[in-house]
Amino acid sequence: MTKEYNTLKNVIELPHKYAAGPAWTRFYDGLKQEKIYGSRCQKCKKVFVPARSYCPACQVSADEWIEVSQEGKVISWALSISHEFFGMPVSPPFITALIRLDDTDCDFLHFIGGIDLSDAKKVKDLIKPGLKVRAVWNEEKKGHMMDIRHFVPVSG
Amino acid sequence: MGRPVAIIGSGQTKHGRRFDVTYPELVKEAVDRVFDSTGISPEDIDGVVSGTMPSMMEGVALTHFYFADVLRSVGKPILKTETCGSTGVSLAITGYYWIASGMADLVLVVGSEKMNEGDSQATMTTVVEPFYQRYFISGAPGIFSMQSQQWSVHYGIPEERVRAAATKLSIDHHNDAFDNPYAHIKKKLTEEEVNNARIITYPVRLWDVCPNSDGACAVIFASEKMAKKISKNPAWVKGVGYSGEEYWFGDSDKVVWQCAIDAAKQAYDMAGIKDPRKELDVAEVYNPFTFQELLYYECFGFCDFGKACDETLKGTFAKGGELPCDPSGGTLCTNPIGATGLNRVAEAALQVTNQAGDHQIPGAKLALAHAMGGVDQYNGIMILGSKL
Repeated sequence: MTKEYNTLKNVIELPHKYAAGPAWTRFYDGLKQEKIYGSRCQKCKKVFVPARSYCPACQVSADEWIEVSQEGKVISWALSISHEFFGMPVSPPFITALIRLDDTDCDFLHFIGGIDLSDAKKVKDLIKPGLKVRAVWNEEKKGHMMDIRHFVPVSG
Repeated sequence: MGRPVAIIGSGQTKHGRRFDVTYPELVKEAVDRVFDSTGISPEDIDGVVSGTMPSMMEGVALTHFYFADVLRSVGKPILKTETCGSTGVSLAITGYYWIASGMADLVLVVGSEKMNEGDSQATMTTVVEPFYQRYFISGAPGIFSMQSQQWSVHYGIPEERVRAAATKLSIDHHNDAFDNPYAHIKKKLTEEEVNNARIITYPVRLWDVCPNSDGACAVIFASEKMAKKISKNPAWVKGVGYSGEEYWFGDSDKVVWQCAIDAAKQAYDMAGIKDPRKELDVAEVYNPFTFQELLYYECFGFCDFGKACDETLKGTFAKGGELPCDPSGGTLCTNPIGATGLNRVAEAALQVTNQAGDHQIPGAKLALAHAMGGVDQYNGIMILGSKL
């Protein structure tokens, strides 16, 4: 028989303030105006979104600002049915997706919404890689990633 | 290339919900076992390597200081290595480097985790930057679901085929775990139970996912001189490989997964392995999710790209198959994260020294151990052999 010993509880709260720097300041300010900003590497010419101050590969300035398309194609997706995940702004069910916005060179993470999520099979029949989607904005803007409510399938 | 390095012994704890002991007491259980099994004294150890998941899991920062007493590290140099899920393989490689460099002859390497004391999924989300990616990373299941779906579409593998292969892995590993005295979850499962289990993140279901485990693993690495003096039956490090990718999840391809491919290639080149499927006798592949194990088979050259489901369903990677993978039940059945990768190394060492007991692959002489860390960002591999 294993004896049940006591457990002791401890809660740690550690607030942080993060410097956004020039690229992210501009990116989040852009969201307030319903614009999605990317940036182009001066050397390899790749376009990154959200905008970066430097290219991860070339390590040179990526400070050519580009307002990128609000439409793109689904690369992959995952449907969360019931499990609540820490730090996420929405409760299940929800779909997270990798989306390649038109004329960019990396995948952008966001939600896919505006569809019935109650049946995984139906979702799978509708959401396929290559599906064209567009951003839908929230009325109220906070300079926050969730100023984009989600992406919805573009019909036709 | 450095000096030859061997593993001369390992100690794993009982894994599971370990509210019967404090965290340092749990670490002590593994450390005491490795000293008992090797017969050497803590005084003989030149240095100690320790590692866990991020400190948010433990609620205590600098865990190697917290464990200093039970690591028997007083008066010795101590290093911490921490690379998320791949921590255990990183720990092993750190110990390897230390001895290969000539700076030490005996190094104690310890990985540990108490996942049930904190919030493991929340801790994992703290690996991700908080203002962009954290909003869209639905824990590890979300990442692995996206990776798996992208993979199956890329190679045109029907969903039912992927499901069937994942189900076979789940049934086999949960059954294999009965033969491993240290495994956490041991269960006889039917296809129906696995296929109809609760969805976590579509298409990942309950029995596709590893448990939260508490546990620790200790391994002693030795120089050639000390290994030959102390051990009749050491496991020799034949190759190591470790490779990483860009931080942002959308920046790199996780289907033709370069860091997994490169880590394997580094290790194979060092070990002189040309055809891993033929030359390896057993592999302890990191499999926190059934679906991800399939990708690794391809990235490690165990089969062609897009063929992992076919080979799995043929039994190529099951016990008795051409290259048995995870005869211990693997990470799918036991996942104390900071120890998990080191468990893979310890299991590979047991296999090539014919000490794996009921889950011994008969005659195994060359074994691969692997773990992955971060948001699909890093892969590490160690290859062990029975001969120098």
